[in-house]
Amino acid sequence: MKYIDEFRNPQAVKALVHEIKSISTQKWVIMEICGGQTHSIMKNGLHQLLDGVVELVHGPGCPVCVTPLELIDQAVEIASLPNVIFTSFGDMLRVPGSSKNLLEARSEGADVRMVYSPLEALKLAREHLDKEVVFFAVGFETTAPGNAMAIAQAKKEGLTNFSELISHVLVPPAMTALLSSETNRVQAYLAAGHVCAVMGWEEYEPIAAQFRVPIVVTGFEPLDLLKGILMTVQQLESGKHVVENAYPRAVARKGNQQAKALLQSVFQTIDRKWRGIGIIPQSGWALTPEFAAFDATLKFETGHIKTQEPKECISGEILQGIKKPNQCPAFGTLCTPEHPLGATMVSGEGACSAYFRYHKEV
Amino acid sequence: MCLAIPGKIVKIYTENGLRMGHVNYSGTISEACLEYVPEADMESYVIVHAGFAISVLDEEQARQSLETWDEVTDHLKKQGYTVENAPLTDKTKKD
Amino acid sequence: MATLESFSCPLPKLYYDTVQLAHGSGGKLSAELIEAIFLPCFGNDTLNQLEDQATFAVPKGRMAFSTDTFVVNPIFFSGGNIGDLAVNGTVNDVAMSGATPKFLSIGFVLEEGLPIEELRQIVESIRYSAQQAGVNIVTGDTKVVEKGSCDKVFINTSGIGFIPPEINFGIAQIRPGDKIILSGSIADHGMAILTKRKGLSFQSGIKSDTAALNGLIATMMESEGTIHALRDPTRGGVATTLNEFAGQSGLGIRLQQETIPVNDAVRGACEILGIDPLYVANEGKLIAAVSEEHAELVLEAMRKHPLGTQAAIIGEVTNDHPKKVVMENAYGTERIIDMPIGEQLPRIC
Repeated sequence: MKYIDEFRNPQAVKALVHEIKSISTQKWVIMEICGGQTHSIMKNGLHQLLDGVVELVHGPGCPVCVTPLELIDQAVEIASLPNVIFTSFGDMLRVPGSSKNLLEARSEGADVRMVYSPLEALKLAREHLDKEVVFFAVGFETTAPGNAMAIAQAKKEGLTNFSELISHVLVPPAMTALLSSETNRVQAYLAAGHVCAVMGWEEYEPIAAQFRVPIVVTGFEPLDLLKGILMTVQQLESGKHVVENAYPRAVARKGNQQAKALLQSVFQTIDRKWRGIGIIPQSGWALTPEFAAFDATLKFETGHIKTQEPKECISGEILQGIKKPNQCPAFGTLCTPEHPLGATMVSGEGACSAYFRYHKEV
Repeated sequence: MCLAIPGKIVKIYTENGLRMGHVNYSGTISEACLEYVPEADMESYVIVHAGFAISVLDEEQARQSLETWDEVTDHLKKQGYTVENAPLTDKTKKD
Repeated sequence: MATLESFSCPLPKLYYDTVQLAHGSGGKLSAELIEAIFLPCFGNDTLNQLEDQATFAVPKGRMAFSTDTFVVNPIFFSGGNIGDLAVNGTVNDVAMSGATPKFLSIGFVLEEGLPIEELRQIVESIRYSAQQAGVNIVTGDTKVVEKGSCDKVFINTSGIGFIPPEINFGIAQIRPGDKIILSGSIADHGMAILTKRKGLSFQSGIKSDTAALNGLIATMMESEGTIHALRDPTRGGVATTLNEFAGQSGLGIRLQQETIPVNDAVRGACEILGIDPLYVANEGKLIAAVSEEHAELVLEAMRKHPLGTQAAIIGEVTNDHPKKVVMENAYGTERIIDMPIGEQLPRIC
């Protein structure tokens, strides 16, 4: 496939690994923020190639993993109401709530449907004017433009039977929170390429300067990841700490202007709870008052649902890079992909699931 | 997060007032909203996430990246390493 | 090869356009359905006797017997329909033992309101697939359930085949050093279904690979290479079948990622939806464990068969990492290919 296969070329991968090894004088701790990058690293075994040179720590960049338990419970509550069609990306269907997940709710009679795009949810709203169609709007900055567009379009078309259960989170506040933590070990970041395709990378510059960490905007294919790691190690070795772009074919400095403009009118920044981490100030988006009529939490009055997370699960420490999944006592025993305790085991790109699948001892 | 892959725009149309397109990923075609990429045209490669094109792929930048890697492999060859691949930049021209 | 059209059945017209509850009542409408739809298509000497059971002569030796139930949404998809699946699936399960499939039973559960025209098409596909596979449908049954009690149509088929003397395929025969041969590209069926599913707006050129594999297996057996085990990687895909090989034999399996054929459009769909083709269903592919010294011989024979042109050796059986499937990639790294947890869902992250 064009623009994919070239970026997976095995010989170039070997060459880049060689290059990284030849300039490293110590083992650096680098966090890839994005769960998609974690997935690609584990699937391609890049961590094996860099063993001893770079320690890759897996960050909290998976919306499935950081969506708080109470949002799942709210989703199940809304989905179980009569006259509701509840729509979601495939990712969220299996995430365990405190008593059940959305697939279980479906087996008990809820009308839960999987969609690939928020516009498909909107289409259902047009086709079922007698029903309430709710879309589970999870995700980081990459997914937000689509979710915002569905809301704006619903308003334009006067579709009052459409709403979104919103759990939008933002990358830069999480990066700041991690670096501010006393237990922080991360020396540099690979910034998430597709988040930056939307947002650009200017907002990372104050973080790099304040915490004196290199931040490199990085793509997802093996060569993209290795190039990002190489540029990061070059900065670390020379004592630099700036924001660089290793994914210029997809990311521009200012990001996607059209998307940012709509995001600004539809969403406002709020404090958000992250599963396993807790509340991070100004780390999420909610609808602005102008669009409040499309907020499922208000429409169905589910805001009162608050849930405690299971004690055995250390996903918070894993998401912060303090511990590796296999350091969790429940890993592979109490907690498996079949019976996950925390979301990091559910999502295909969750660190625990990725470890379980790709990293078990060969 | 954020699975997104590049595909080629093969059709552009308007639906419910939105600029939409068909994007071809080596034979599988899926619908994508093109509102956020007004500069994208037929044959453009766009990066699509959850049904929305979020970026037009900069083909010149892609070529440059591949060239850099060719330089890295050339450099290794000069140092006496066996590197078997054909230059990446030739491969992209075929398509 | 004969085309579908040239074999069309001379079907009489039915009074109703949709399936009625009374079509399953055993009364007049049932008889009408049998006479108008089933007999013209499936008719053969055994079935035409319309007894409560099929009777047939059996040769000496061992028989293979298998059953499978087919539920699929949508019932019509690119490359086939539920009828093709119902025949080919059971024919393949029987044939994986080395048996020559001979007889099928077929049981329908129809949802009230199913258009008769759709039923006709399914039945026609069943007839065509059975003919291609060289099997006779010798007994059958139909029930109709109330609307909402099933999804359009469910089909159960059971099959009987006769195993030639000296043939004894099975996972217990797998030995270290055996080569793993895959008969062609993976994930075509599963992705054809997934991209057709409602809510996912895709147009893909992906066709289901549904096919009866007994012809290919006969070709493999004629090559006189020593085949140790055969399975068709249906639900759960190649990863699941290989884990069954490893788990039940107590041996390890080592795969080479770049040798596993995946068609371009299938790859594209898998990339967009975040799905690993190793875990996606196939309906016309087989995996063979073949003794090391005969692997090339068997492979060569397979490649000459229309259903095996893309056949490839994708790995080998080893004493290392018992009960585990490990895949090496082009970067020289490796990962464990585990049993899947559940159905793979498309993901955006």
